[in-house]
Amino acid sequence: MIGLQHYLAVSAILFAMGVFGIFLNRKNIIIILMAIELILLSVNINLVAFSAYLGDLVGQVFAMFVLTVAAGEAAIGLAILVIYFRGRGTIAVDDVNRMKG
Amino acid sequence: MGAALLLTLPELILSLTSLALLMVAAYAGDRSVRMVSILSVAALVAAAFAALLPPTGYGIAFGGLYRADAFSAFAKLLIYVAAGVSIVIAPAFFHRAPGQGGTLRAEYPILILLSTIGTGMMVSAGDMLTLYVGLELQSLASYVLASFMRRDLRSAESGLKYFVLGALASGILLYGISLVYGFTGTTQYDGIAVAFREGLSTGQLFGLVFVFAGLAFKIAAVPFHMWTPDVYEGAPTPVTAFFATAQKVGAVALLLRVAVEAMGSASDAWMQIVIFSALASTILGGVAAIGQSNIKRLLAYSSINNVGFALFGLVPGDANGVSSVLTYLAVYIVMTLGSFLCILRMRDAEGRPVEEISALSGLSRLRPGLAAALAIFMFSLAGIPPLFGFWPKFLVFDALVAIGMWPLAMVGIATSVIGAYYYLKIVKTMYFDEPATPFGASPDRVEGGLIAVGALIVSPLGYLLIGPLGAYSLAAARALFPG
Repeated sequence: MIGLQHYLAVSAILFAMGVFGIFLNRKNIIIILMAIELILLSVNINLVAFSAYLGDLVGQVFAMFVLTVAAGEAAIGLAILVIYFRGRGTIAVDDVNRMKG
Repeated sequence: MGAALLLTLPELILSLTSLALLMVAAYAGDRSVRMVSILSVAALVAAAFAALLPPTGYGIAFGGLYRADAFSAFAKLLIYVAAGVSIVIAPAFFHRAPGQGGTLRAEYPILILLSTIGTGMMVSAGDMLTLYVGLELQSLASYVLASFMRRDLRSAESGLKYFVLGALASGILLYGISLVYGFTGTTQYDGIAVAFREGLSTGQLFGLVFVFAGLAFKIAAVPFHMWTPDVYEGAPTPVTAFFATAQKVGAVALLLRVAVEAMGSASDAWMQIVIFSALASTILGGVAAIGQSNIKRLLAYSSINNVGFALFGLVPGDANGVSSVLTYLAVYIVMTLGSFLCILRMRDAEGRPVEEISALSGLSRLRPGLAAALAIFMFSLAGIPPLFGFWPKFLVFDALVAIGMWPLAMVGIATSVIGAYYYLKIVKTMYFDEPATPFGASPDRVEGGLIAVGALIVSPLGYLLIGPLGAYSLAAARALFPG
């Protein structure tokens, strides 16, 4: 029987993968965007699982909002990536260093 | 329903205006930028009045999703003032900035308005859902604003960094919210407060830590501050001014409301996080700024340092402490906006922006007025007594000492002295170094007027404001502590 804790475990693993994907990836900014999506989707799994477990609709409504905002976020991220690529000609993570830090 | 809509009048005014202006900008193009800017500022003024004098009084709307109270009104007033100033100062900057084609694009004031709506929603949120949507509206508009100078590589890079780290912060916050929801069964602040009253379960504790980590990202408190210097340096200066003031106020106010209203009954759990973050922010902000040569980077570290002081005010966890934070924010935005206005005046002979601190050498002989104003802002940021910047720092330390937190106050004062070093270094550069290349003339009277007003407020004359400011911020803080 698959219970709440299984969903939470999957979601925690996805979340950790997303966070590590942002920090360990040294190659490509697109991968960072994918990692961000992974984080948001792990949250959605959490929300829907809790919603079903508690028998409370708020979690599912919240998940809808997260999905919508994630779409907007991805669009803006890609747009910024495009203007960055136009200027620099590369989207390698190690090259994002015009400013120190 | 009608009453609920009236409560959200400030947001209604701003969102309807920004949508209408977006259509104007889409059809009329960049020619309309002057009109769009004026109407945006007018909408901000109207919204400020609507927030201060709500037609139906304060209250709770939409089943607890939205709250209009003295606290949100105070924070919104500061946010709207800062947003208005960052719209007003933009045209002169973009007019001269390289690669901009000489004009400001009409989307700029609209993006500021949208980000302001998000910030206002954040401080009025009574539910994690409103918090999240407000925060995202604010953030998404800011990512675009940070990369607004499309042909400038630093601007694009700052937008990219802000986007990646901001999205990560939202993700962490959201994960925390989902855990809090799951282990309390509600997303409403009131419900969370009730659930936390019986002691925290492990799941709730994890949720609380994630929520605070996400919020620390947004207010740029150590250890989640690393994006701030790069974003502040790369973003166009008016946008940086907006980030350092309006957004900072919104995020700190949001943190206050979540900490007190939703999680106040678990204050033992978050107090350690807040104390650590406050100490680390003041120390790092004080020390790391010393080696900076770019004045926008320096102000970024200064803002980290100031956020640390604001967090100190949350440590007492009572109305006095919160009211000292609000006073701090009010004075902080005047000092910061003033400093950024002075930075905007730093242009070379062709009008290109200059950001090196060394370019300020001997400014007192070339431009005595500008040098005096910048010196006043720097002394005030350093918290040197005759100036108004001293007062909020005093209030915060007073609130700390009142609950017996001597060690924290001592560390705060020590870092404040360290911080004074780099503020005073700027003053020294302006007054005692040999003159460098003179800046180009700046004919803009609005900037000059705003600098004068800012300098007047933080000058010793500002102490006349203590009475009303103190009473108003105390009333705002009491709104968070019912009964």
